[in-house]
Amino acid sequence: MTIVWNDPVNLMSYVTYVFQTVFGYTKEKAEKLMLDVHQKGKAVVSSGTREEMERDVQILHSYGLWATVQPDSVK
Amino acid sequence: MSSGFSAGRDGSVIAQFEAAEVSLLRSLVSMLLGLVSPGETSDDPLERALGIGAAQAPTDPVLARLFPSAYEDEKEATEFRRYTEATLRDGKRADARTVLETARSGRADLTPEQAQAWLRSLNDVRLTLGTKLDVTEEVHDEIATMSEDDPRYPAYVTYDWLTYLQDSLVRALW
Repeated sequence: MTIVWNDPVNLMSYVTYVFQTVFGYTKEKAEKLMLDVHQKGKAVVSSGTREEMERDVQILHSYGLWATVQPDSVK
Repeated sequence: MSSGFSAGRDGSVIAQFEAAEVSLLRSLVSMLLGLVSPGETSDDPLERALGIGAAQAPTDPVLARLFPSAYEDEKEATEFRRYTEATLRDGKRADARTVLETARSGRADLTPEQAQAWLRSLNDVRLTLGTKLDVTEEVHDEIATMSEDDPRYPAYVTYDWLTYLQDSLVRALW
């Protein structure tokens, strides 16, 4: 799973826009994920193979989001 | 017309700045370029050809925020960093250079690719300043009550201005 963590710098509008741009999500889905990050401290933004997650994290880091890969075996 | 960004045709973005704002932006982005050194790759020719580089997580808090660990597990984080950080550094430097090349006073027309570079680089500058100032999500309200004599005031106002600019760019791209 790809996790995005809340931080005090990234703007709500920016985070929503990045989710739409990077994952092709609708504005509604991107906004819901952004609110989850903002209110719960983190959200799962995508899932798939390890290679796919690592690619997602790398792109999210290029946009300055605080993202990590969480291996599925770790709960 | 006030400073900031507006939507142009076919995904392009129109940037509008005054000369003093361009000079401030240039100095901030140059600071970022100074901070993010080129991706250092290993001495091994094969590793260098593959873009494999430094493995250690940065100890500086700003660099640690610009180049976060991708895994909670230290061993996996180190391995990921070895394969990706040099590319990430080069990308951030390329974005910063695009801003320096296209920032001008008056109107500037940015291609969609240049606008994305501005978006990422403005955010990198905000992450840098925000980490140095240790800002909270209430920073905008804090500035409203902060004395103009407070030594932190100029940096906080600059940060707030960058926040406004970035939000303006997101809205121009939407």
